[in-house]
Amino acid sequence: MNTQFSEPAGQGDTRVCRIEYLAEVSGLSTDEIEDLVAIGLIAPADEAVRPPAFALCCVLTVKTARRLRDDFQLDRHGVALALTLVQRIRELQAELKALQARLG
Amino acid sequence: MKFKDYYQALGVERGATADEIKKSYRKLAHKYHPDVSKDPAGEEKFKEVAEAYATLKDPEKRQAYDDLGRRPAGESFTPPPDWQQRFHTDEAGFEDVDLSDLFAAFGRAGHGPRPRKDPPRRGQDFEITAPVTLEQIFHGGEIEVRAELPEYDPSGLAHRVARTFRITIPKGAGDGYRLRLAGKGGPGHKGGPVGDLYVALALQPHPLYRPSGRDLYIDLPLTPWEAALGADVEIPTLAGSVTLKVKPGTQSGHKLRLARRGLTAKDGSIGDLYALVRIDVPATLSPAEHDLFVQLAALSGFNPRQHFKSGEPA
Repeated sequence: MNTQFSEPAGQGDTRVCRIEYLAEVSGLSTDEIEDLVAIGLIAPADEAVRPPAFALCCVLTVKTARRLRDDFQLDRHGVALALTLVQRIRELQAELKALQARLG
Repeated sequence: MKFKDYYQALGVERGATADEIKKSYRKLAHKYHPDVSKDPAGEEKFKEVAEAYATLKDPEKRQAYDDLGRRPAGESFTPPPDWQQRFHTDEAGFEDVDLSDLFAAFGRAGHGPRPRKDPPRRGQDFEITAPVTLEQIFHGGEIEVRAELPEYDPSGLAHRVARTFRITIPKGAGDGYRLRLAGKGGPGHKGGPVGDLYVALALQPHPLYRPSGRDLYIDLPLTPWEAALGADVEIPTLAGSVTLKVKPGTQSGHKLRLARRGLTAKDGSIGDLYALVRIDVPATLSPAEHDLFVQLAALSGFNPRQHFKSGEPA
């Protein structure tokens, strides 16, 4: 087993990518990614920049969308709905965890 | 190579129809999918289910799987010799191969001519989870992350290779924080770029502290006399013990704040540590303690249930 030393880029990473890159790494089509943009699940890093550029952390969101699409055999609308609900559940779980910490 | 019972994983009979297999997969996917399941073991269970479905939904792969015969799950076996020819490998070539990877490569190897145009492709991105302690997040520094990642041989067969990465936890990282290790994913195809490795930090529960954002919460048990009379108590913090002044008359449920003793946020600000007061009474009393409590009960006019009579809130 070899050990590799790596300097990671965290969520504060300011590097951006194009929609074609998100499509390539996720396996979603650019149309499907545009659906996610249209409903606000991912947003360009800077609205004024054309063509739009996205923070690299959006890769994780589009990969989740791809997983949901493939694993549940969803259509475009189904993917957007499922991802919206998954994100809402994650937010609620984080809030619940924070509340439980405060209550003891 | 270890045998896996795909029919068992999907909870169907070996003679199940394609429709029965699909129905069972859908039911189990809803139950165990890591993005929707509450079950902590859901991810592992879903992997088994998805792996079984990927093979059994494809008639050709299902036939090949059935041809392997019926064995107990987990039993070591060697695929038949014609499989070795198919994947251009010898017997030892299957040693570090997972059955799922073999079936994933099944359609790619030895089936007609390869497409003439085979453009460069970016390597696969991988996602793994790394457990971290609160101390590691607080102090920062390096952690070692181990993962078995697939590496593909020329015939497209994935071999599981153990790799270790030493990574630095950035300040402000917390539970669910994701790190990207550029170029540490799968190798590119035909000169394509190497993929990335994403590492999600999973904060392990701490015996003392409960994080809430950048703040930390700790239970502070006090004796009845410490709460009534006030006391100086030692509080452990992630940066060492501090003395906290408990005021006389401190109530159960009070939240005592120790400023800037929490975690560092992404913007560099530091959270607080809150000590939640809980008043504990001795489970057994010595005769002398018992006498003193009796004297106190006789002497004290304190009635914490006064509001029961008045109907006013406490």
